[in-house]
Amino acid sequence: MLKVLKLSVIVIFLLDIAGLAPVARTYIEPSFKAVDGDVMYQWHRTDNETEWEDFTVKYQGRDYCRDCHPDQYDRITASKHALIQCENCHGPATSHPMDPLKLVIDQRRELCLRCHSYLPYRPAEYAELSTGPIPFKMKDPEEHNPGIECANCHDVHNAGFKAF
Amino acid sequence: MKDKIMYETNNQTRREFLKLGVVTLAGGAIATRLGIFDFLKPEAVAEITEGTGRRWGFVVDTTKCVGCGMCVQACKLENGVPFDSNVSRTWVERYIQKTDGEVIIDSPNLARDGFITNNPLGEQVPEENIAKAFFVPKLCNHCDHPSCVKVCPVGATYKTPDGVVLVDREWCIGCGYCITNCPYGARFFHPTLHVVDKCTFCYHRITNGMNSACVEACTFGARKIGDLNDPDSEVHKIVNTERVAVLRPHTHNEPQVYYIGLDHIVV
Repeated sequence: MLKVLKLSVIVIFLLDIAGLAPVARTYIEPSFKAVDGDVMYQWHRTDNETEWEDFTVKYQGRDYCRDCHPDQYDRITASKHALIQCENCHGPATSHPMDPLKLVIDQRRELCLRCHSYLPYRPAEYAELSTGPIPFKMKDPEEHNPGIECANCHDVHNAGFKAF
Repeated sequence: MKDKIMYETNNQTRREFLKLGVVTLAGGAIATRLGIFDFLKPEAVAEITEGTGRRWGFVVDTTKCVGCGMCVQACKLENGVPFDSNVSRTWVERYIQKTDGEVIIDSPNLARDGFITNNPLGEQVPEENIAKAFFVPKLCNHCDHPSCVKVCPVGATYKTPDGVVLVDREWCIGCGYCITNCPYGARFFHPTLHVVDKCTFCYHRITNGMNSACVEACTFGARKIGDLNDPDSEVHKIVNTERVAVLRPHTHNEPQVYYIGLDHIVV
């Protein structure tokens, strides 16, 4: 028993000399730190904060879209849909037009119904627009032209009917 | 003899040295009594640094939420949480209290596709039977005293100096202690990365001058993010001037997501 103990002490000593001591004991990353001396909540690999800061942004925001599609930007921001982000329906731009080359437009009825399906506990008014409150338009999807895509008749970019 | 030689070389006698010592000690004692050194106390230092540092906070206005679930969709796509998995960093719950007092709570597909029909848990509730109903968006509360962080055996989850609770994906061993120790059920195993995942307040966006993806996606102004320590930020103004509440305050986690329009039926 004593022999084993002696041997392990020698091994650790040799590892120490070889610079491998952390492996023999506990491996601790150099950037590990208890920030502000807070060992309970802030003991971490501080490099990880930067790793999260550098995570790829996918939703670029409507200003990014405006650079190439100013006409559509102007139309929707002048409409009652002004506060709907382009990417809510068109999907995240990421690095469009390089990647992805084309954005897939979600034109299913279900997309519009997320807001416009009648539910008794949805507010009757929509008051977020700077132009003042408007009635919140809700429809019963079972009765209002079931099976037809909303975009067939409605122009979502001006929140009205399509010009025929 | 030896001492004398030493002091003499310093041009100072032992008597003078002792005199100086006594005066210094007396002066120090008086200064301490007067509280002159109080600024060196840890509490005082903390007060200064905490008062000026940034502290990210969130406000959810449940009265504005219509249950469209655009926030959930945006969150999943922005943060790479597999879209068809039954886990999400944020979700929306529907609360319906019927006139007979029964409360129904549901969140179909964690509201990824929104609430389109009035059939909580497959039950059609006639409009006249609804006493009150509303939506409650939920996410990680980024607590001041996060109980999830306390139990991590390897130091893989932590609170950043600006108050965001993150998971180190390189360091997480996937033991799941934090998942069970979060009172809000905000943590889950990432289906493909096999480490714990949770809301980061979109740390990559807020630290680069953008809003969180869910905040951007909300057309109804139900979600707001900002610096709670900045008197000019909207969240600071709301939290300090309006009636707000937090979820499960009895856990003493000191959550930093504040709610407008909470109700006692909300769990």
